[in-house]
Amino acid sequence: MTRLSLSAALNSGLRHVLEEDPKAVILGEDVGPLGGVFRVTDGLSKDFGSDRVIDTPLAESSIVGTAIGLAMRGYHPICEIQFDGFVYPAFNQIVSQLAKMRARTAGKVPLPVVVRIPCGGGIGAVEHHSESNEAYFAHTAGLRVVICSDPQSGHYMLRQAMMSGDPVIFYEPKRRYWEKGEVSSDLRLAPAFDRAVVARPGTDATVVCYGGMVSTCLEAAATAHEEGHELEVIDLRSLSPLDLDTVTASVRKTGRCLVVHEAPGFAGLGAEVVSGVTERCFYHLEAPVLRVTGFDMPYPSAKYENQYLPDADRVLAAVDKLLEF
Amino acid sequence: MEQPANPADPVRLLEPDGTLRDDPSGLDVTPELVRDLYRWMRLTRRLDTEAFSLQRHGELGLWAPSLGQEAAQVGSITALRPTDHVFPSYREHAAALVRGVTPAQMLEQWRGVSGCGWDPAALHLHAYTVVLAAHLPHATGYAMGVQRDGTDEVVTAYFGDGASSQGDANEAFNWAAACNAPVLFFAQNNQYAISTPTRLQMRTPMHRRARGFGLESYLVDGNDVLAVHAVTREAVAHIRSGAGPVLIEALTYRAGPHTSSDDPTRYRDQAEADAWLARDPVARVEKLLDARNWWEPGWREALDQECDRLGAELRSAVQAFGPVELGDLFDTVLSTRTDLLNAQKADYGDFVAGFEEVAS
Repeated sequence: MTRLSLSAALNSGLRHVLEEDPKAVILGEDVGPLGGVFRVTDGLSKDFGSDRVIDTPLAESSIVGTAIGLAMRGYHPICEIQFDGFVYPAFNQIVSQLAKMRARTAGKVPLPVVVRIPCGGGIGAVEHHSESNEAYFAHTAGLRVVICSDPQSGHYMLRQAMMSGDPVIFYEPKRRYWEKGEVSSDLRLAPAFDRAVVARPGTDATVVCYGGMVSTCLEAAATAHEEGHELEVIDLRSLSPLDLDTVTASVRKTGRCLVVHEAPGFAGLGAEVVSGVTERCFYHLEAPVLRVTGFDMPYPSAKYENQYLPDADRVLAAVDKLLEF
Repeated sequence: MEQPANPADPVRLLEPDGTLRDDPSGLDVTPELVRDLYRWMRLTRRLDTEAFSLQRHGELGLWAPSLGQEAAQVGSITALRPTDHVFPSYREHAAALVRGVTPAQMLEQWRGVSGCGWDPAALHLHAYTVVLAAHLPHATGYAMGVQRDGTDEVVTAYFGDGASSQGDANEAFNWAAACNAPVLFFAQNNQYAISTPTRLQMRTPMHRRARGFGLESYLVDGNDVLAVHAVTREAVAHIRSGAGPVLIEALTYRAGPHTSSDDPTRYRDQAEADAWLARDPVARVEKLLDARNWWEPGWREALDQECDRLGAELRSAVQAFGPVELGDLFDTVLSTRTDLLNAQKADYGDFVAGFEEVAS
């Protein structure tokens, strides 16, 4: 076990991938000598060369498009999109090409491409640098959409994504890049990357969350504990496919469920979780399933984001409402 | 190959009247070569007219005719090695036929029974790409893989004048030039993007635009199969030597509609179509074969019969397509079936079985 930041844990994961898989290549803007704007690829270009860690033209559509071509040729590309709001030029390549090629060729053309996207707010960035666009991709069949929440999950899940053989949209909550945690590189200890995990066990209500919100919900659960309520926090990790088994096992136990994410609520991932829980746990529910999410507005300017982003207080207010039923 | 003195003039070896120009620029124009190119053009034309008829009979959902573009496709695809990977758009029936796609496989996508029909890896021919220019970055990426593998393969991508307006086309040109990728961009300028004529599509011709990106480029008479073959041969040799990517603009004419749903009489006049018909790529080669008396006894009749067999094969292939099973589609969305897909497949199976029980 080593104590690493999320950024360093991802870097370590990429290093493992490049060492273990000679067909793995990284491509993106500034991923070479600079090491990426968040330094996730720091030092990899120096150690593996510019043929494996490829600084690309500034062209997001082609970052994914050329990765598709490389994958057809037998390579295993890992793309870096510099910021969440810059993935839109690549949207067509991801949803019309990357996601559909395996299905349209009856499995003959698998595309093992991982698209890493730093996501979410909380770092005081300018516009287009703080978005949560996971719902667009989760809605597209043929993609796996996953999101890590801490250094250990980042390290394991990135390596697992590369081994999956499928296109994976891999979200990294940028506000957690510098938070440290213990990291083991022993993959045998890793839970499957398409499964949710219980981040904190509890009995009174289930809080379903992912990415940057996991720390927030754990903070809320710690406060609730002091107030005499035991919240079970589920880190979804995989947004598509969604591990409803883990969620519903928890809700059947607690009878109450709150979903928390920072993306706008309308037609978001939370709605999908609410639907699944309602269908599967109808007779176990003591209260309607509630959501705490970002508001349905374009991500606001930096000085507003403390009000926009769900925090522990908003989570606890919703928990109080749940427990009142 | 020397570009003509006027850069707006395309490279041409065979005049519309069947006269062969004196300077074939290193291309050995043998009777065998001419007959081979002619054969592929004739087979493609038969495939195309037959498929169009099948669409009119309601057997195909849609068809995108290649009528008039046989020379551009046959001349270029035959200048490649069978192992050079090709990324077509959706009208490259000649290229597909030469690569070994069977008539039945050719119809699968248009019939609606599969998303592709052939094995892209086995034929070194990717699936047709309907989203314009999306495949051009794929070709560039594939070529980057070729570079990393250290082989001398050439990757070729076909696209049209309309596709060249897409961001992906321009990203791919720039990217390929920047990394010296071994890729050939083969533009069939067939004068129309559905109803939009090329003059409304672009100010700068594609072959001139290519130079700005740092691509070597050619303008060729796309209805002259020999010129297309010669130019492509030279471009491929250039790329194979490691000298970088090339764009060829082949001037041709989509003689039929954009697809079977289109009505070209709404946007172009007959005089224009007639003028291009006089430059028909198949008739032009026939004139050469006539003038040189390069037909072999019985060869033309044998080819006629081969075309008839192809037509019959297409018709029987359509009849042979059986019912499709949605259940199979659940298995190829991802490498493994997910909980959601498992549940949906099982539910759908139960739903179908329910009807069968009622029927029995």
